[in-house]
Amino acid sequence: MDDLIRGIIQAFEIIFSLNPALYEVIWLSLSVSGIALVFSTVLGIPLGAAMALTRFPGRQLMTALLYTGMGFPPVVIGLFVYLMLSRSGPAGQLGWLFTPKAMIVAQTIISFPLVAGFTMAAVMGVDPHLRRQLMSLGATPWQATVTILLEAKIGVIVAIVAGFGAIISEVGAVMLVGGNIEGKTRVLTTAIVLETQKGNFDLAIALGLVLLLLSFLVNVALLRLQGKAFS
Amino acid sequence: MSTNSVYKLHNLTQTYNDRTVLNIERLNIFAGEILAIVGPSGAGKSTLLRHLNFLERPASGSLKFEAFHLNGEGVPLNLRRKITTVFQNPVLLTRSVADNVAYGLKLRGKSGDQVKQIVDDALDLVGLNNLTHTGARTLSGGEAQRVALARALVIQPAVLLLDEPTANLDPYNVKLIENIITQVNREQGTTIVIVTHNIFQAKRLAHRTALLLEGRLVEIAETNTFFSNPSDSRTKAFIHGEMVY
Repeated sequence: MDDLIRGIIQAFEIIFSLNPALYEVIWLSLSVSGIALVFSTVLGIPLGAAMALTRFPGRQLMTALLYTGMGFPPVVIGLFVYLMLSRSGPAGQLGWLFTPKAMIVAQTIISFPLVAGFTMAAVMGVDPHLRRQLMSLGATPWQATVTILLEAKIGVIVAIVAGFGAIISEVGAVMLVGGNIEGKTRVLTTAIVLETQKGNFDLAIALGLVLLLLSFLVNVALLRLQGKAFS
Repeated sequence: MSTNSVYKLHNLTQTYNDRTVLNIERLNIFAGEILAIVGPSGAGKSTLLRHLNFLERPASGSLKFEAFHLNGEGVPLNLRRKITTVFQNPVLLTRSVADNVAYGLKLRGKSGDQVKQIVDDALDLVGLNNLTHTGARTLSGGEAQRVALARALVIQPAVLLLDEPTANLDPYNVKLIENIITQVNREQGTTIVIVTHNIFQAKRLAHRTALLLEGRLVEIAETNTFFSNPSDSRTKAFIHGEMVY
């Protein structure tokens, strides 16, 4: 217990020491997960909306694949991306392995099914007659879809929050494809693993607190976007 | 009411799972008239309205609206925007009453004070100007239906389609909505097609009344004739409350 309390005290000292290495890790975590979240949002929201609003052959199969993707082990996705980007892999010539780009690819693949799946569920929760009503009022299919997404905005924000939560806290995939290289691909989660293994519990706790704080702040910001955070 | 047809339907059919739910041999709807369509549940009345609003594509047959013939191509937006429907159970957006009423205007690129004035006038008309900023999802059934009517009227449709607009409403709301329907038709010349179970409502409102049974048009006539001297025995049976299906 004493170790834990001492660790927490030292953690705060580290956080407020403005250690550049720590802030570099924080910045890389935020930028990798932020960019991955943007990609998965841009891909996932339209796909989720389309799957909720349209009927097409193979829709059930796609839904099953999407739900499978929502529960896919990140480390397996990391392995897949690793094999794709490795020197002998089909995308090896890109030279992305052990770079933040590889981490972004892996995190996009992890969060994209979550964003799409939760968006689909949110849009399906909107009154199914609304689209017909909007079309009747003169909406174009695009205008109707945007209005329906706005009606489902609480669920869509939850989808984005879930996508962010899954990747900011993820360790296996980024460890595999990023390599946890200091100053290059080391993010909060991989740094926590490393410092714990080295016995630097104070630093590991500091990084853990920062991760929790960041996750909390980003989620609050997203929730405030929907104007429902504290209602 | 003129005798110029805004709609001409010919051998229009619709099928769901190989079951024919609509089979209109011939139907002309005149500009500026109020046409009531009566019939039992499942007769195809709402399906017909959806076709008139281009919300469904027929399985076969032809539908002409003004000079436009429905074919395999899409319906031009400017034509589609001349028609709107008030549904039996209107779906309001989770926004204020005013925002709901303004929705169709904003789709058409209107904004600012112009919208506010039109919305205020429409809410005055339906007697809801005290609820402008209220959340639309908190309204009673009657209020919601009046908001839906105001939302339809602000876009000044050439054709207003009403699908059981007063079903489940109290007499006060029924009378208020009926008065608005009559007023809009008289003052703006709006063509109105109203689907109703209530034959007395058809009698009160419509210039012509049609009976639809099992997707087929049994009879269409001037409302007085339809009720006082129907030509089809099934019409007679229907208006006397007998089972005709």
